[in-house]
Amino acid sequence: MKWEPVIGIEVHVELETQSKMFCGCAVDFEAEPNTNVCPVCLGLPGALPVPNRTAIEWITKIGLAFNCSISERSQFHRKNYFYSDQPKNYQISQFDVPVCHDGWIDVTVDGETSRIRVNRAHMEEDTGKSIHVGESGRIHSATETLLNFNRAGVPLVEIVSEADIRSAAQARAYAQDLRTVVAALGVSDAKLEEGSIRFDANVSIRPVGTEPFGTKVEVKNMNSFRSLERAVDYEILRQADVLDQGGTVDQETRHWDEGEGVTHSMRSKEGSSDYRYFPEPDLLPIEVTEEWRNEIAATLPELPSARAARYVGLGVDADSATSLAGSEPLMVMFESSLAAGAPAQVAANWLTGEVTAWSRRESTDITDSALTGQHVAQLAAMVEANSLSSTAAKEVLGHVLAGEGDPADVAAAHDLIQISDSGALESAVDQVIGENEDQFARLAGGEDKLIGFFVGQVMRVTGGKADPRAVTDIIRSRIG
Amino acid sequence: MPIEIDIAHVARLARIELSDQQLADYRAQLGVILDHAARVQELPTDGVAPTSHPLDMVNAFRDDVVSPSLDRDEVLSQAPDAINGFFRVPPSLDNE
Amino acid sequence: MTDPADFTLVEAAAALRAGQQTSVALTEAVLTRASLTEAAVHAYLTIDRSGALAAAEAADRRISSGRAVGPLDGLPIALKDNMMTRGLETTASSKILAGYIPPYDGTVVARLREAGAVFVGKTNLDEFAMGSSTENSAFGPTRNPWNLDTVPGGSSGGSAAAVAAGSALAGLGSDTGGSIRQPAALCGLVGMKPTYGLVSRYGLIAFASSLDQIGPLTHTVEDAAILYEAIAGHDPLDATSFPGPAPSGTVRLGAGVSGLRVGIVNELSGQGIDDEVMAAFRTTVERLAAAGAEIVELSLPSTATALSAYYLIAPAECSANLARFDGVRYGLRIDGGTVDEMMSRTRADGFGPEVIRRILLGTYALSAGYYDAFYGQAQRVRTLIIQEFAAAYEQVDVLVSPTAPAPAFELGAKTQDPLSMYMQDICTIPSNLSGHPAMSVPVGLSTTGLPIGFQVMAPALGETVMFQVAAAIEELSDDIGRPVLEVVAS
Ligand SMILES: [Mg+2]
Ligand SMILES: [Zn+2]
Repeated sequence: MKWEPVIGIEVHVELETQSKMFCGCAVDFEAEPNTNVCPVCLGLPGALPVPNRTAIEWITKIGLAFNCSISERSQFHRKNYFYSDQPKNYQISQFDVPVCHDGWIDVTVDGETSRIRVNRAHMEEDTGKSIHVGESGRIHSATETLLNFNRAGVPLVEIVSEADIRSAAQARAYAQDLRTVVAALGVSDAKLEEGSIRFDANVSIRPVGTEPFGTKVEVKNMNSFRSLERAVDYEILRQADVLDQGGTVDQETRHWDEGEGVTHSMRSKEGSSDYRYFPEPDLLPIEVTEEWRNEIAATLPELPSARAARYVGLGVDADSATSLAGSEPLMVMFESSLAAGAPAQVAANWLTGEVTAWSRRESTDITDSALTGQHVAQLAAMVEANSLSSTAAKEVLGHVLAGEGDPADVAAAHDLIQISDSGALESAVDQVIGENEDQFARLAGGEDKLIGFFVGQVMRVTGGKADPRAVTDIIRSRIG
Repeated sequence: MPIEIDIAHVARLARIELSDQQLADYRAQLGVILDHAARVQELPTDGVAPTSHPLDMVNAFRDDVVSPSLDRDEVLSQAPDAINGFFRVPPSLDNE
Repeated sequence: MTDPADFTLVEAAAALRAGQQTSVALTEAVLTRASLTEAAVHAYLTIDRSGALAAAEAADRRISSGRAVGPLDGLPIALKDNMMTRGLETTASSKILAGYIPPYDGTVVARLREAGAVFVGKTNLDEFAMGSSTENSAFGPTRNPWNLDTVPGGSSGGSAAAVAAGSALAGLGSDTGGSIRQPAALCGLVGMKPTYGLVSRYGLIAFASSLDQIGPLTHTVEDAAILYEAIAGHDPLDATSFPGPAPSGTVRLGAGVSGLRVGIVNELSGQGIDDEVMAAFRTTVERLAAAGAEIVELSLPSTATALSAYYLIAPAECSANLARFDGVRYGLRIDGGTVDEMMSRTRADGFGPEVIRRILLGTYALSAGYYDAFYGQAQRVRTLIIQEFAAAYEQVDVLVSPTAPAPAFELGAKTQDPLSMYMQDICTIPSNLSGHPAMSVPVGLSTTGLPIGFQVMAPALGETVMFQVAAAIEELSDDIGRPVLEVVAS
């Protein structure tokens, strides 16, 4: 049977507010264990939550960025379940009326764009952190658990997509785009490695051409976009295998094992969960008036999709435009390069190529390098004027990034200025012809591939500083 | 209408470990109370919105400002088990 | 001469101002009284002798240098043991919190500290405030100073008994379904539950969050008004706190009831009420009429269902509120092989039977498949009750009823029958569901010498008129005096 995957993604985004969602403890993950805790986030008897206004503004911002409707009046609920790193044994979350609902984003895979609907984005609080101590460090063989509540109560936005995603690649693209937007909003550092943005996938399959959804499996524990894609792919194949062999898919939660490249069923004593949601009596409803919503909307930055479209309009290829628009440091550098007069596509090439490679290699943020938009523009002008070869330009760029100075100084210091002065080039060509008369006769006799040999010799004589195009022109003129 | 109560499930949800005898006793007591409480079902409430809160107010917020946290030693002094600045509890799942 | 332990707050403050008493002397007086009565009454779980005397000395220094901080400065007060007191054991009368030392003060406690009040200690209650007799305490019952064979009511029975016995000049209780007013009635005191949101709940161990309010237990209406004014007011740490100014309690004391419209709630003033209580109720209504009040009889049919709604809403909220007592971060822990086992054993061992009963009840009422028929329906009934109250307050200024259906009953009389215990609160619960203020005033003694209370209810933020009517009732009623204390050697 041919199967069609049906995928929804749930994303948890930790907001990078100063203080926690319901108390004044600092949001700071580097602190010593259990030092950013107070009666509220430790669930001490008698403590009461008071919501962080900024968090409400930021979830509204997220909702607007994903084209959501903002509920005029929403409400917190208690989600009841016992877990030792959850201080109150209920999570303050939202249930039937979230702050944001019914949005969408457009996701492009292999040039094909699909609209993925966002069901909702709701406000909740994070749990503390458990360290399962044991021989293998894994939960199943742990001998004890250590608890740190510094993360308990950090504001968390849960963004739930509709089951509109149809492939692992699309799931990855959705997740990446979503991360990019959240990072652009400046409301979260959105780092997968640090768990400040976390993705779960709901995966089911159905026979191609049919409507009803299959049994959905929740897949957790993916900490990179690549593992998200692999996990979803694996799960699609696993379910197809089960069904092809006449089995049934269990509704369950499965854990992605990065090392083994498989999903494992998560053992759970609890049958089906029953969260006993009810309206949180300690909190009042949230009312986002049109006026407040408009104020928040006015603070929205240009979003990556709009920005990428603008770059394409400037002549940048689509892939580079997406990369530049999706990265805050690249975007800043690109904008300042344009402002300094660099041609868009040239700046785009360098920034997405050499500069990005350098940043990865050196594990250094572009914004922490010595490179400026002025430098990029200067470099582009030198290439345009033929005083730098494109190869030399890349070398110069490397030295500039390393902080050696501006491109003109660096090129001079490393003797990389290209000779495009025709007098000097002509005498170099003539010298090489004089030294290789036999080969020149063969070239003149029609053995055209020898032109490369002569260009190479001229480059040798000039120490690589000759403009190869100009050299070629002169050699051809000598054949006459 | 006799009220059905899966008392073992309810006790499990509430994380209270009870003996079979206790479960049976509580089941009987809950039955009596719920019979009385079920009178709420006798009132016509079509079109009546539920009240979860006696105050008709909205939007009580705090500013996003850090305030001092508690002293860790004072907090951990109340913990049944603590080590190296962490609370310590038994493992989450049975060891196989 | 009156023993200072029998002073009202107003009398004691006047004596301090006049230099006839010191705060230390007042504090010593109530501590001495406690040493005589506690073995029999058991009002307190913790008496903080050294803390109280230190606070009293500080108050005396302020007073003697002319820097007294207000009408409560230097006055010894009892706190119900479900209010967080930094550094002083706080248990809610539960084994699960035995020995617990909170790292913070609740807002009300902090406000009273700033107002100079001296905390004598922490008083007994029904575990987590669940009960109407103060028998459901892990640390033993409290007895009614008027008759040691009877209960003081509950759940704030410890504070009520302490004030009645003179081991504090006033006390604070918390009222979720009548837990201030019913013990006030049974102990011959004034007990008042403010409008929901007027007094901060921050630092009060939550029983049912949408119903709980802290309020005073005192000998007089004026004392209650003064204590209420000291604790009411907006608190940014409680999101459900009312942001505007709290209505005055004292401004219309002594203004009488002439021209006020007083409504009798038929559903709360007949069926199920003891004859002597009804007789005292009718006498008081007649006196109010004679004093110029217009008496109106009203029907609030939904209040008949209030008890049922309450016994779904309060347990549902408590099932979540008490989930945090799990043996992880504080309090009792019973070991287990897994964290789950540890939690389940801790909770089974740490909670008493009434608390377990209500947690199970609430868990059930919220669980999948039952939510709409039970919890959801109870919330809709709550709406009906609020609507009926609102309509009633279009016609009258205050509503009245008996407070408790009968005077104090004997210990053990109702412990085997949860429903009959729950019936204690039939008159008081509607005001918790509606969030409205209500208070109890003593209006007489039964033939067996037990106090009888009279309830005055007012619309939201109607404290001023409520205190006005209560003061008039106090004025019109015969003084019941103080209990004759049986001193039992400890
Ligand atoms: Mg969530
Ligand atoms: Zn905190």
